[in-house]
Formats: sequence, structure tokens, C-alpha cells
Amino acid sequence: MSSAIAERGAGQESAGAAAGETVFAIVGNPNCGKSTIFNALTGLKQKVANYPGVTVEKKEGFCFSQHGKRFRLLDLPGAYSLNARSPDEAVVRDVLLGRRSDTPLPDAVVFVADASNLERNLYLATQVFELGLPSLLVLNMMDVAEEKHWRLDLEKLSHRLGVPVVPMQATAGKGIIELKAAMSRKLDALPHRPPPIPSEIGEALEQTRAELVAAGMVKEGCSLLEPLYLVSDHDPDHYGIRSGDLGRLADSRKALEKRFQGWEESLASARYEEIEKILHETLRRPERDEATFTDRLDAILLHPLWGGVCFAAVMLLVFYMIFRVAEGPMDWIDKMSGIFGNWIESKMAAGDVRDLLVNGVITGVSGVVKFLPQILILFFFIGFMEDTGYMARVAFIMDRFMGRVGLNGRSFVPFFSSYACAVPGIMATRTIASTKDRLITILIAPLASCSARLPVYSLMIAAMFPANGVSSVHKALIMMSMYALGTTGAFLFAWLFNRTLVKGQGSLMVLEMPSYKWPSFKHLCLFMLERAKLFLSRAGTVILGLSILLWAAKTYPKGDGAGEMRAIAERLEANSKLPESEGSPEYREAQLQKLKDMKASQLAGSVAGRAGHLIEPLIKPLGFDWKIGIGLISSFAAREFFVGTMGIIYAVDEDGDDVEPLREKLATDKWPDGRPIFTPLVCISLMVFYVFAMQCLSTVAVVKRETNGWKWPLFQLGYMTATAYLASLIVYQGGRLFGF
Amino acid sequence: MNKCSQLCCLPVGNTAVVSAVPTGIESLTRLRELGLVPGTKVRMVRKAPLGDPMEISLRGSRLAMRLREAIQIEVLPD
Repeated sequence: MSSAIAERGAGQESAGAAAGETVFAIVGNPNCGKSTIFNALTGLKQKVANYPGVTVEKKEGFCFSQHGKRFRLLDLPGAYSLNARSPDEAVVRDVLLGRRSDTPLPDAVVFVADASNLERNLYLATQVFELGLPSLLVLNMMDVAEEKHWRLDLEKLSHRLGVPVVPMQATAGKGIIELKAAMSRKLDALPHRPPPIPSEIGEALEQTRAELVAAGMVKEGCSLLEPLYLVSDHDPDHYGIRSGDLGRLADSRKALEKRFQGWEESLASARYEEIEKILHETLRRPERDEATFTDRLDAILLHPLWGGVCFAAVMLLVFYMIFRVAEGPMDWIDKMSGIFGNWIESKMAAGDVRDLLVNGVITGVSGVVKFLPQILILFFFIGFMEDTGYMARVAFIMDRFMGRVGLNGRSFVPFFSSYACAVPGIMATRTIASTKDRLITILIAPLASCSARLPVYSLMIAAMFPANGVSSVHKALIMMSMYALGTTGAFLFAWLFNRTLVKGQGSLMVLEMPSYKWPSFKHLCLFMLERAKLFLSRAGTVILGLSILLWAAKTYPKGDGAGEMRAIAERLEANSKLPESEGSPEYREAQLQKLKDMKASQLAGSVAGRAGHLIEPLIKPLGFDWKIGIGLISSFAAREFFVGTMGIIYAVDEDGDDVEPLREKLATDKWPDGRPIFTPLVCISLMVFYVFAMQCLSTVAVVKRETNGWKWPLFQLGYMTATAYLASLIVYQGGRLFGF
Repeated sequence: MNKCSQLCCLPVGNTAVVSAVPTGIESLTRLRELGLVPGTKVRMVRKAPLGDPMEISLRGSRLAMRLREAIQIEVLPD
């Protein structure tokens, strides 16, 4: 099986070669400006996919050399070392060692280093150059190095490392042409240089190689580096290593540790010694670090008081933008889909197909597209904060707070954004490096009370009180306690999941604080576009499919009244064309009400309606009747559908922002034994249910995409629904005990 | 003379040289790879309120780390 894959991989490789392509891998530390360079080279000629089985992004693009030769570029994820600690780094290791069947071994490497942080960047650079692939060293952010008054002898550095060196300031577009020129020249395989491995460790490693060759994990005659980087795999997911080989690897690791205790530590020290030697010859820097622009800005942005103020201001701005400003375009999308639906209704004869188009497809599509404004705005801010370097400061500021529940500072922005909408919030968890923290953040994000819960809260709060009966302060307090409840729940579950559910040791929070820099506009736009495209293509299709399914559940079976309803609708339509004086308003009113009543009974007879009846015994302990049951089932697609569905059931106008007519109907509705249904206790119980319940198909779809499978979204759906049920049960039964 | 010899005790603005990083602890391997090996000069740049996390400067780069890690690293005053 595995050999078949390997053969296919080899086939791909030769196909690439036959087309005369040169495959370049772009490698570098996080925050070195690698993606900006990739975007500058490829522009829109790129595509983003996932490496199979993980959420590591596979970015590929192409560009042409000065002589028109096609270059294929792989933008590998940012890494600090080939001793992988995360799936990202495992991908870099495996691609550069030619161990991935889905990716050809690159013909050459473009290594991007942050010139102002050269010492640390050379750690990975020397590891990569030792692998022997033809390589280029790009020194990005030369401007920051100059600001620090660093003087680099590029020629000597190039000679010392044995690779061509290209200075660059990618955000300003400086050096891109020179890079292309350097890539177009013939690059030779690097001469073999002994890696800085102390000889005792080298001997111990030779035995390790023999063990791994015997186990068939590496090829005979491979360099010592391949077994070295395999035994030093620290990725908790062990991505790229067959599970059958894990035991062998652990044994080899133990044996190596026995033969040379502390080999890993010695190797890191030896490499830094080597780097110090190189830099001693090539870099002149002032004795003391002078305060840079970054230092001056950090003095404010990380100030104990002003830093907090700036942070709060930035977060409020982000929140305001996704909560309020996105509302405008979202309303346009709603209106457009309404207009389009009406247009189809006017052009097509009434029937199932028209109904499917208008209420299934168009509603579904607009339900997907509606997320775009929020996603674009949030990702604009996230891209901006990432590219400027502010995101690392956010993580620094929030780390202590998030650390209490076992998360780290990086979880803050995704979680906070989820108060507007969990969909972009969950997509934003990609900025969390630790797999474990990322998963926990995804699992708790939908507990933040998102904007779609607001209509439900508003309706329930309105239904609790007689009109004008209670001050708005009261209402606001109830609303706020719902937000507080969701937040408390989120932190409790984060703490719980951190202890129990998710494997992997306590996440190591070592965070690089990159220098501030002005982001490249082009890079930002591409980033936003890419996120939007990924959402539409992956999550969008699932959302659309599920919405159509739900539409069908609400529509079928149609029952006997269908023909009559159509007749009434047609009569009404004909009647509305008559001038006001000829058509009788009373007649029209009566017919309209009849139509609404029939719609209500049709919904009650549909699959969704029958399911509402079916679950009534289950939800009765929460104080809910079958009508609320239908509301729960149909609002499973999106929480805000609850209000609309209740409108249909109670035969009031389906849409319109005024909840007053619906409130009146709710207030007078009674159980068969004459007790009112919507008591204040039931309203609270229902709100509490919505605080915790998942009730959002789009979130399910996005979680499925972000976790690469159905396991976690289903778990999330389960735990959230169970919590919602229990919390509601406690509220209702507890409230009854106390006599409410 | 400061009695505490751990990195987390280094006052803001002071420099010191890393004297020992315990071996065999997986979370510290990454810190070594980021340049925190014995003999490295470090400067405490700032501490968040309550001293956790903290930001240090080493080899021309800036790293933020938590108390949990910093407490394990021994330094000698420069």
C-alpha cells in the first residue's frame, strides 16, 4: 500500500520534471516575511489546500523566470527547526527530506531569513543548507537591521555559508527582481559540509541509522541527518510518521539517549557555537542594542496601563466592525436574495421546483454569503495584526488571563471574535500554533453569545413582560446575564477539556516578539481573499446542502391543503392587481389570514413539525411544548430562524423586525389544560437553552473543515446540546421548586 | 547580591548569562533551539503585571516565555 503511494509520488515528480518546471521550496522561520515574498513572486497564481490529515496549509504557486522558464513554488509553513514540534514543522522536515509522497522533493530551496534576527534564523538555515539541496539565502528586513546599525558583510556570509545571498525588503518590494534573477541562474547542489555534530554523537547516530534502515524507515545510504531529524520528532501528532513506526522510533531514541546522554542539548549548543563563529566574521553590531522603533512602540503598547487601554480600544474597534459595520452588507445580501426570490416567483409557476429554488437554494446561498462581510472584516484585522506584529503583543497581554483556563494568549482574538460570530472566530484559530489549544478554542468558541442569538433573546425578553411593563434596564440586565453565562460556560469547559479530553502535554508558550513593520497591502488583500475563498468552497457547500435538507424537512409531506393554499395565493395575487376600490379589503384580509393559518398547519404536518411533536415529551421537562420544539428543530440551521419559525407557527407575519404581534400571540398561548406556555420561567429556560446549544449548521460545517473530519464537530454538537438541555432543565425545574 | 539565580528573578533592564538549562525536559529543548543555551547573554526586557509572562532579549531577538519555563533556567549576573 505504502509503496504504491510512493510510486505515485515518484510519478508526479517526473511529470513535473517533464514539463520543465523547477520546484522551489520557500523555507524560513515564522515572521520572517516568507509569505510576503511568496505573494510578491506569484501574485494570484497560487492555490491553497491542506496536507492530507492535518490543518497545515499547502500553498503552491508559480511564476516565470527571466527566460520564461516555469517555476513551481511551495510556500512551506514557518518553522524554527527541523526537529519538528508541530505538524507544520513536520511538513517542512518531510518535504525537504523527500519523504512526502504528495509533494516532490524540491529542486532548490529559497531560504528566507530575517536579517535583523540573523543569529536565530541561521539555526534553521544551517540545518536546511546541510541537507545539500541547491539553495539561496534571502536576507529580508534589511531596513530593520540597518536601523539597528548592523553591518553585514554579505559577500563573506555568502562565501561562509556556500550559498548566494540576496538582500531584500519585501514589504517595500525591494529585492524581488534580484531574487528572481538569482533563482534564474543555475543553482548547484551544495558541497557536502559536515554538520556541527560532535563525533561521539555522530557515532551514536550511525547506530540509530542502522536501526532505522533495518526497520525500513529510511533508505540505505541516507545521510545521518534523516535519522537524526526522525528521532528528534517532538510533534505531539507525529505527523508524517507511520503509526507502526512510532515504537521503533521511541526505542531508537532511548538507545541514542543511552549512548550519548543529552545529545539533543549538545547539538543545539554546538550549532549555536558554529553560528557565533560565522557571525563573528561577517556581522558588526553595536556593543549595546540601541532602542529601535519597536522598543519605543512597545514601551507604549505593552505599558501596564496604556498598553491595556490601547488593547481594549483595538479589540472594541474589531468587535464594532464585525458586529455593526458588517450588518450593512449583510442586510444588502438579505435584500438582494429577497428581490431575487421575488423575481423568480414572478417568473415561474408556483410549484415544488419554485419553492425549492426560492426557499431552499436562494435562502441557503444567501445564508452562506451572509458570512462573507464578517469574515472579510475579521481577517482584515487579523492579517493586519499578524503582519504588523501586534498579534504577538495581544498574546503577551492576554496570556495570563487565558492561561488560567489552560489556554494561551493566542486564543483570545478567535474567542473574542466569536461574540460576533463563531464562524470567522473558528477560522481565526489558525493563528494558534499549539494543536491542543487550537482544538480547545474551537470547541468552546460557539459558547460565546454570538449576534444570531440576539433575536432569540430579544423575543424571549419581550415575551416575559407585558408591553411597557418593565424598564429597559431590567431587560438589559437579563441580556447581559446571558452573555455572562455563556462566557462562564466557555471558560469552565476550556478548563475541563484542558484537563481531560485533549492529549498532549501543557502547551509551551514560547512566543517570538517580532519587530513591528508596516504590512504589505497586496499581501493583506490576498490573505482576505484566500480566507473567503476557503470558506465558500469548503464550509459553504456543506452549509448549502444541509440548509436544503432542512427546507425539505419543513416542506414535506405537503398534506391535503396544498392545492387549496395555492388557489388562495393565486386569488390573492389576482385580487391585489385590482385597484383598491374594486377589491374588497375585508375579503383580502380574511384570505390572507386563512393562508397564514394553513401555512402554520402545513408546517405542523411536515417532517420538522412532526419531529417537534415527537420530541415534546423530551422537552416538556424544560417547559417547552411542541411548537417550541418545531422552533428548536428548524433553528438548528441558524439560531435566528427561531423567530421566523415561531412567526409561521403562530400565523403572524413571517418577517419584519417588529416582534410585537408575535409577542402578543405568545403571551396568550396556553397548554391544553389552560396554563400559559410562555411564563417568564419558560422564557428564561429557553434563553439558557440557546446560550449553550450549538444550533448552527454553519459552525458545524466550519469545525468539520478546521478539524478535518466529523469527530470533533459531532462531539461539540453533543456536549453543547447536552449542556443546553441540562442547564435548561435545572433552570425550569429549579424555578418551579421555588414557586415561579 | 541577588540570592535568586533563576531567569525569572532577573530584574527588568538587567543582563545575565545563562549558566544552566536542565537537560531531558522536552519543553526546554525548543528554548535551546531558539538560542537559550548555556553561555548566552540575556536581558530582561519586561514583565507582564504579576511577573508572568516575561519578555527577554537574546541574540538580537525577543522571546516571551512563561514563569513556568523561566523558573527552570539558571543565570549568572553579567
